[in-house]
This record gives sequence, structure tokens and C-alpha cells, in this order.
Amino acid sequence: MEHLNYQFSRDHEWVKEEDGLTWIGISDFAQNALGDVVFINMPEVGDEVTAGDPFGDVESVKAVSDLVSPVTGTVAEINEELLDSPELLNSAPYETWIIKVENVTETEELLSAAAYEEFCETEA
Amino acid sequence: MKLIFEKSRKGHSVSVLPPLDVETVSLPAGMDRESALRLPELSETEISRHYKELVDQVYGVNNGFYPLGSCTMKYNPRIDEEAAALPGFTGIHPLAPAEATAGCRKVLEEAGKLLGEISGMDAMTFQPAAGAHGEFTGVMLIKQYHASRGDVNRTKIIVPDSAHGTNPATAAMCGFDVVNIASAPNGCVDLEALKNALGDDTAGLMLTNPNTVGLFDPNILEITRLVHEAGGLCYYDGANLNAIMGRVRPGDMGFDCVHMNLHKTFATPHGGGGPGAGAVGCKAFLKGFLPGSALMGDNAPIQVRSFAGNFLVVLRALAYILMLGREGIPEACETALLNANYLQMKMREIFTPAFDRLCMHEFVLDLSDYKKETGVSALDVAKGLIDFGIHPPTMYFPLIVHEALMLEPTETEDRETLDRVAEIFAAVKQQGIDDPESLHTAPHKAPIGRPDEVGAARNPIVRAEL
Repeated sequence: MEHLNYQFSRDHEWVKEEDGLTWIGISDFAQNALGDVVFINMPEVGDEVTAGDPFGDVESVKAVSDLVSPVTGTVAEINEELLDSPELLNSAPYETWIIKVENVTETEELLSAAAYEEFCETEA
Repeated sequence: MKLIFEKSRKGHSVSVLPPLDVETVSLPAGMDRESALRLPELSETEISRHYKELVDQVYGVNNGFYPLGSCTMKYNPRIDEEAAALPGFTGIHPLAPAEATAGCRKVLEEAGKLLGEISGMDAMTFQPAAGAHGEFTGVMLIKQYHASRGDVNRTKIIVPDSAHGTNPATAAMCGFDVVNIASAPNGCVDLEALKNALGDDTAGLMLTNPNTVGLFDPNILEITRLVHEAGGLCYYDGANLNAIMGRVRPGDMGFDCVHMNLHKTFATPHGGGGPGAGAVGCKAFLKGFLPGSALMGDNAPIQVRSFAGNFLVVLRALAYILMLGREGIPEACETALLNANYLQMKMREIFTPAFDRLCMHEFVLDLSDYKKETGVSALDVAKGLIDFGIHPPTMYFPLIVHEALMLEPTETEDRETLDRVAEIFAAVKQQGIDDPESLHTAPHKAPIGRPDEVGAARNPIVRAEL
């Protein structure tokens, strides 16, 4: 798997560390369960996010679902491309980050790619 | 097909107006319209054909099976329509003199009494226009109650995660913070999660019972006791009243107020946008907070709609209740449960039930495994069913089941229909195994094929250019 350096939350977000920031996106399992994503609500740069709390939501043709933050910290960047092209979450979930977080003070217990795959088996 | 405005041709008209035989009255200055009304111009023939064309594109309960879970699409008896069409009821205005509206007031009074008996409530309002509006009114009762006692720190409403989306929306509309609690593995309220959520900031609990997965909560008395013990009130969402009517009463379960969707449970037409009626009942101690109409001279603390609400819907509901009577109401409920359980038993040989146990009036299938094997989603199966001439069940609800199809056959279907429906589901399942692509693009025989749902959500056209 090309996303071996990713870690995963039980809420189906992926997390990776790059450029000193924590990148957050949604997993392939999540995008598949959501179906076609049509809108995304994201926080603003500078907003605080809290581990275990929603930081935004995604609307698919099925439903609106919360995006749950795996970390506590401050939003450093948001992926503005998603405002116009939310379908990137479907077509390339692992290349599409949603937010990048700095000053991370707390991180949920995360799963390795292999453990997450196992977790998804039991979820589905 | 074209919109009626697109069919409009200048000068086409229906000349049926008799000559004016009363004096012309001018409006006060400044009240005249500045430009002409833009109305379509068509002949009677064209109008008739336009609406027939619309009718031909519509699928209703009188076309066939319509198992839209959570919506209670039962057949509406004609006699209720006839009652509602009586000229004494249709030709009346709410501000007509009291002696002219005595019959209408009697209808509201009788309907209130009977619905109060069915729900176990002491007082009733018919102002709310439909279900969500009824929820709003009910939660406003809770808000006023706490305010009247100076108990102003109760800012939270507890809503289980299996609730209709309208519940948290209602609580937020009324200015409360929403506390979501997760369901227990059995699909019902998690008592520990409820206890942890309760406190001196709890204004109330909103609950649907049986809940949205069609399960009656066995702990309901304990749930309402805990909420009351914490000082909160209990609101009953009547969305699933069809599953208990005549057998169990929300008032006896410990609820303080309730809304009932007359347009669902009491067989008045719905599904085309209304009108509905969200009658709200409450226990005696909340009666003083019920809404009323200032225009009709009611002395009420709040008003949620003009006049007395959607009166003709209430009238249809009254006719329906009187027609079924004391024996018929529980029999309808029992038949709805029997039909749902019968169909669930047939279906479990085809798809996997989300909760494999006796259900109430509806049940949920989980197509996750089927999707993994075939790539065919619950959406594809739903679309495929259309080609067999039945209406699809509710899809992707409740959210706690991933590939959900939710079926509510109601009491107005017979066994032969349910058998045939099970055969159709089996046929669609097989089609997904043999030729999944044909389901990805279904339906193929309906007036409208597969609409572009993504395009519709991303680039909605919400205003017609006329």
C-alpha cells in the first residue's frame, strides 16, 4: 500500500506528519461509505480543533457526516481546492488532505495501516 | 416535460368568467401592483393535458407497493376525502362569525379528544403545519416550562444518534445545545450514556419509540424516569406512532408532550409536499404554554401559525379515526407490525437484516456484504426495484446502518403483495450478481432514468428562468 506512512483514526480519518505539520484527510473506506461527496465544510485557518470533536462535515448524495479531528491543535492550512472540487475526496482520498494542523498538543490513539484495514473489516 | 410557464402562449385562456355584476372597488393608493402578474396562459384543454402528464409521471400508493420506511405510506380511504370535501367545511373562513363555525370547532374539539386518548395526553393544539413544526412547538413547551420556573440554566436537549435529523435541528432552532448520545449495540438508548449526559443543565430528551430502526425500547420507563429525576422533560416524536397506536400510549411511557404526524399515522395524503398536520399534545401541567391564534382571539403565550392549522387535514384524520373506531385503531397497528415482521422473515432469506430480531412496523436491511461482493449498492438496488413497478424503500437511513434499505409495508398491504415483493427483491438481487452494470444504470423503464444526483447537489437550479 502506498499510504504505509499514514495512521488512521477509528472515525476513518488518516493522519500523516509532513513539513512539521499534521495532515488530515479521510480514508478510502470512508469515501466509499459516503458515496459521491458534493460539499465540504471546513474550519478557518487559526481555528482550534479538538481530538474527538468535529472540525467540519462532508455532504454526500447519501447524508451529511461529521469530520472528527484525531488531534488537538490549531488549523494552519485548509485545502481550498476542495471547496470547488470536493469530488477529489472520492477520486484520490490519500492524496487529498483536508486540513493541516500545527501546535498539536494531543493525538488520539491511532491505528497503523494494517490495523486500520483489520478495523474496517469488522466495521463493514 | 415542459413547465406550465414554458407551455404558456399569449392569448390562450379559459373564458368561463361571467360578466362582473358587482361594483368595482379600487384599492387604496399605493397598493396597486406595479407590473402585471406573470401567470401562464393556457386553454382548458392544455391545462388538463399538462396535469394529466404530471399525473402519469407520479407514483403513489394507489399505483402500487410503497414501502418508504419511516414515512408510513398507507392507503388513504376515500371516505375521508369525501368528508373533507363537504362544502360546509371547505367554504368556511376562520374569521367567520362563531355561529357559522360551530361545526368546525366541534371537529377540532373531537379530534383533540380522540387523539388525546390515543396519545395519553390531556390537551392538544392543531396549529403546527407538519411534523418538524410540531417538534418545534413541543420543544417550545419545554422551554417555556423551565423559563416559567426561573430554571434558566437548562440549556441542553438530549437526542439519541438514531433520531430523525429534524430532532437535533428542532432543539437548535429553539436555542438549545444538542447532546447526541450513541445507541447501545441493540439499537436502543444506551442507559449509561444517558445517565452521563443528564444533569442540572438538561432541559429535556427527544425520543422516537419505536425508534428509527423499528425497535421498541424496552427501557422506556426507566429512560423517562431518569430524565424526570434530573429535572428534564420528555418529548415524544410521533413519527412511528403507527407502530403503537391503540396499544401503548406515549403518555403512559412517561412522556410530557408529543407530536403526531396526522398525515402519516392518520391516513391523510402526503409525500407530495403536504399539507400535513403536526398535532401537539401535552400533559395538563403544560397546557398553559400551548400556542393559539391571536387573530381568533386566543389568549396564548406563543403562536406558531395563523388560525387553527391545516384544518382539512385534521378533519380527514378525525374521519379516519371514527371510521376505524376503538377496535380498528389497534387492529391497524397490529396488522402493520404483522406485515413488517412477515416481510422481514421473507427478506432475511434474500438480504441481511440490520437487527435480526422481531421488529415493530418497519425494519432495516444492511446491504454492506452484498455491495462488497457485487459492487451493487443499496442505491442501485433501490433504482432497480423501480423497473419492477414498485416504489423503492428509504435508502441510507438510519445513518447508523451503512448500506441501509428501510422498509415499512404498513397495514394496508395484503399477504399476496408482500410475497410478490419478496420475489421482486430476490430477482433484483440476482440481477446484481449476473449483470451489476444494469443496476448501476437503473431504472430503465421509468419516465425518468437515473438522474445526475451529484450534479443536482453540486449545481442545483433552484429558480426557473421564465
